[in-house]
Amino acid sequence: MTDDVIVECIDVNTHFGALHILKNVNLTVRAGETVGLVGESGSGKTTLGRAILGIGPVSSGRILFDRQDIAGVPPRDRKGNAAAIQAVFQDPYTSLNPSMTIEDILTEPIIARGQAGKAEATAKVRTLLDQVALPSDAAFRYPREFSGGQRQRIAIARALALSPHLIVCDEPVSALDLSTQARVLDLFIEIQERTGVAYLFVSHDLAVVRHISHRVAVMRGGGIVEFGDCDQVTANPQHNYTRRLLLAAPVADPVRQVERRAAFRALAMGA
Amino acid sequence: MLRYVSKRILSSLVLLVLVTTLTFAMVFAGADNVAQNILGENATDAQIAALEVKLGIDRPLYEQYGDWVVNAVQGNLGQSWTMGESVSRIVSGRLTVTLSMVTAAVITIGIISSLLGITAAVKGGWADRVIQVLSVIGFSLPNFWLGLILVVVFALNLRWFPATGYVDFSTSPVGWVAALTLPVAALVLSGIASASQQVRGAMIDALRQDYVRTLRAGGIRPSSVLFRHALRNAMPAALTVLSVQFIALLGGAAIIERVFAIPGLGSVTVQAALSGDVPVLMGVVVTMIILVVFVNIAIDLANAWVNPKVRL
Amino acid sequence: MTSATQQQSPAPLAARAGLLRSVLINPLGLVASILLSIVVITAIFAPLIAPFAPDDLQIFKVNAAPGDGYLLGGDGSGRDIFSRLVYGARNTLIGALIAVTVAAFVGVTAGLFAGYFGGRREVVMSWISDGLMSLPALIVLLAFYQSLGSSIEISMLVFGVMLAPGFYRLTRNLVNGVKHELYVDAARVSGLSDLRIIVRHILLVIRAPVTIQVSVVAGISIVIQSGLQFLGLGDTSIPTWGGMLQDAFANMFVVPTAILWPGLAISVTVASLVLLANAIRDRLQQGNRPAAVTGLPEAIAKPAAGAAPVDKDVLLDVRDLVVGYPDKSGWTEVVKGVSLTLRRGEVLGLVGESGSGKTQTAFAVLGLLSTGGRILSGSTWFDGRDIANLPEEDMRKLRGKRIAYVPQEPMSNLDPAFRIGYQLTEPMVTVLGISKSEARKRVLKLLERVGMPDPLRTFSAYPHQISGGMAQRVLIARAISCNPDLLIADEPTTALDVTVQAEVLDLLRDLQAEMNMSVILVTHNFGVVADICHRVSVMKDGKVVETNDVRRLFAAPQHDYTKMLLGAVLDDVTPRVYQPRSGRGVAA
Repeated sequence: MTDDVIVECIDVNTHFGALHILKNVNLTVRAGETVGLVGESGSGKTTLGRAILGIGPVSSGRILFDRQDIAGVPPRDRKGNAAAIQAVFQDPYTSLNPSMTIEDILTEPIIARGQAGKAEATAKVRTLLDQVALPSDAAFRYPREFSGGQRQRIAIARALALSPHLIVCDEPVSALDLSTQARVLDLFIEIQERTGVAYLFVSHDLAVVRHISHRVAVMRGGGIVEFGDCDQVTANPQHNYTRRLLLAAPVADPVRQVERRAAFRALAMGA
Repeated sequence: MLRYVSKRILSSLVLLVLVTTLTFAMVFAGADNVAQNILGENATDAQIAALEVKLGIDRPLYEQYGDWVVNAVQGNLGQSWTMGESVSRIVSGRLTVTLSMVTAAVITIGIISSLLGITAAVKGGWADRVIQVLSVIGFSLPNFWLGLILVVVFALNLRWFPATGYVDFSTSPVGWVAALTLPVAALVLSGIASASQQVRGAMIDALRQDYVRTLRAGGIRPSSVLFRHALRNAMPAALTVLSVQFIALLGGAAIIERVFAIPGLGSVTVQAALSGDVPVLMGVVVTMIILVVFVNIAIDLANAWVNPKVRL
Repeated sequence: MTSATQQQSPAPLAARAGLLRSVLINPLGLVASILLSIVVITAIFAPLIAPFAPDDLQIFKVNAAPGDGYLLGGDGSGRDIFSRLVYGARNTLIGALIAVTVAAFVGVTAGLFAGYFGGRREVVMSWISDGLMSLPALIVLLAFYQSLGSSIEISMLVFGVMLAPGFYRLTRNLVNGVKHELYVDAARVSGLSDLRIIVRHILLVIRAPVTIQVSVVAGISIVIQSGLQFLGLGDTSIPTWGGMLQDAFANMFVVPTAILWPGLAISVTVASLVLLANAIRDRLQQGNRPAAVTGLPEAIAKPAAGAAPVDKDVLLDVRDLVVGYPDKSGWTEVVKGVSLTLRRGEVLGLVGESGSGKTQTAFAVLGLLSTGGRILSGSTWFDGRDIANLPEEDMRKLRGKRIAYVPQEPMSNLDPAFRIGYQLTEPMVTVLGISKSEARKRVLKLLERVGMPDPLRTFSAYPHQISGGMAQRVLIARAISCNPDLLIADEPTTALDVTVQAEVLDLLRDLQAEMNMSVILVTHNFGVVADICHRVSVMKDGKVVETNDVRRLFAAPQHDYTKMLLGAVLDDVTPRVYQPRSGRGVAA
């Protein structure tokens, strides 16, 4: 374990009743890095994200953050930097309470953590909105007055409120339109470069993951089948499943897509 | 399924034990002068003591309850303290009367509210407005008051129906219908109000589902979309309403039987409550719970048949 | 004991004041509030309002007619009916208040607890709740009468407990709905304690539905309470509406009109409670209900349809299609003049972002617009015939047989109550008029064709027993089962995993070639377009901005919007390079 690793999952297992959801998962995220976690539905990628956030169960194994084991520790009991692990969720329409103003939403984490009083927290709202390129008069409005992309910016601002070292992003752009998606991804990258926050970026979309990640972990059936540098995993995949996953996603180019389709079929035949 | 039914019956038995115990305890908790109640104001202390011994209420409560349970399990619900008959006979004799009234009411509610609810869901318009008005009237007119008004109008003034009394179906079917028309009418209004609303909601819900559009896109006839697919999916909600209605009607019957002087289970309960006739009260409670459990299991089975996702 | 509302996601309420105001604006809500206020004020100031004490007897006024000081006449004992009504209001409201308070407190607390924490606690509480609900309340109150005594307050307390399950179920269902909302997860991640989450996030949501339930339960308890008193189970020395009814009942043959007043008092009070509940419910559902469809503006007269396309190779020719939905100010157009041409055996991609009108265009062609929607102008020539706004019965004969549809969400588009076999044979029997056994044979072949490993098993399975990918194959099988000329597929692979998507696209492509079908494929995914389409129409804000051959569109997009969309595609990016950071300080 090198010095700049901030999160390390060691042999993490999760069971829901008789179901074995996570199987001996090992994963590291370094400071300022984006690790993409890609997989299909039921692969366990969201469960892993929730385990790290402390809102999902862990049956065995350790999750080290700042050298303290945070596996199974709910957010409110976490201390130090671990207390500031934050999240951005998939659906911008349900991740913001419809009956709270943006100001209430953004100050909630600050006040809950006792980092500042009401007045001080409110003063910070403007900076937060600024960081996600929203006008400061947004503070007094309600979530329903914003578009999907804008709401996701608000969710990002909320995640930034506690100056976290790690943000777990669970499919944060998959509910957004193509053009909005690109802009929100750029915002994620820009914030990372400025603040040095690390992302665990959960997504089913390899193109999105490739765009934002430094390293990529491919999950299937609760385990990680391949984990390595983004370039390595997405250009020269070692595992058969990763190859399948890569070739399955159609590219926006009719000429190349013909070849890829043929390759996918050939792979399917071989498998 | 067998497992489900046995589980359900077991759970109901627990409920039965709990409620009868509670009833027993409650009935006795405040009623230290049962014998006095039965004998009246002028009874002497000796008479009261003698009656207490005769009824067995001089013994500790748990002993009496134990006796009651042992007998009840054997099907013997004891002897009424005030009516000079065995509880089983009182209850069984009156149960048919109440059941025939409640069944007639459930069927009426089922038919009218299905028709009304489905029409409102599909067409809106007048049926929607009828349901809206009913939802207010049905809730706010107490059934016994409605019963009184019906008596004044249709029995006292118009003389279309008898004001009171009950005729057994086997004695005279026409008399049975005539005797029950007003009481059932008074009973069903609130039931129709709430059931038709629920049927309408369930139907609208079912018609809003994606598969309805897809069925239509497949060229399926509107009648099949409506009555085969949507109705079947709306059925569980409608059936559940009927079970709730059945329970409500059992209670409502108590008052309605009083208004129309119908010798049913409800009126005997009132009589027993006023006189503190514990064995009769216990018998009524047991009967009612068994009845409700039976109806609920039947409705659950029907639901499971309609909805394949429900595993029994 | 009816669950007043099962609304899962009530429209957000800005503040309590807002709710109150909107209820008062509603005419029925206003009337209800006024009536209720009158009853409450009467109850509070009873001694000031009533001309007589409730127990003042005047022997010569037994069953007296109204007048001579007795506003509504005298009752069976010669007491003033009006004064007793006024005092009755007080006693009745106190009883209702007790029942509602107990029911709401017990039910909501238990519901919050069970809903939020779930597990064994919920099982136990739900069992108790179900048990209580299966008891006829009135019978229980009768059975308990001897120990509860004639005090109606204690009876109403017990009744409150029996009504608690209504609140319990409502609250638990609402909490169960809310607790998996992502904003509750977000609050948890923020470090909020359970108690604060309940107070801040959950109480806000259940407030209005619980208010409705309070109103309804208050009504129920007034009715039941009066019922008990009517049966003579109350304290007869206290004036109550139910007790007055009992007295009137006893004298019914002498003065039938006496039954009117107490009954009216009960009904008006309960009715205003119910109306109040309805007013709040209306306000909550505002967002969910389509705008009132009264006084629709006349649809714009359809211009001359023009002539059928000359080229017989053109299967579908959509010209200047305008689709609108009614709203308060007239028609909102969601499709604003779309023209499309589809040749036989061609796959046309209809691509655009959300709100571009691509799905509405597809539904318009199918004649399956949502309630209220209609084609305002334009024509859709299908095989030489204009089918825009065709009567439903004629349209139905085309659907399934000549125009078929594959939806987006496989699971919600199969009827959960029927076996897959039935859902596949039904359209064949209806549309093709073949026998059931013939349909069954063909269905089994079809299931095999769309790649079901065990057609017989799928045939007798229910939808919930198969996976999403399999369900989508079933829907495709159903769509092609009657050999349609035109297949309209609305995002047919969006809900599927990417490897399943590749397989389903393969299947669609093969079937299209085999049957030489024309396909309109609605999608937002340019990869899917590149994979399967021959031609593409790009839509934006209800209009087609560009139509082109698929290769030309990707190689040389003409319209700025197309260029922007293609520019946002993330296919070819240079991976980011990680630069180790020395410090871990994060300055936000």
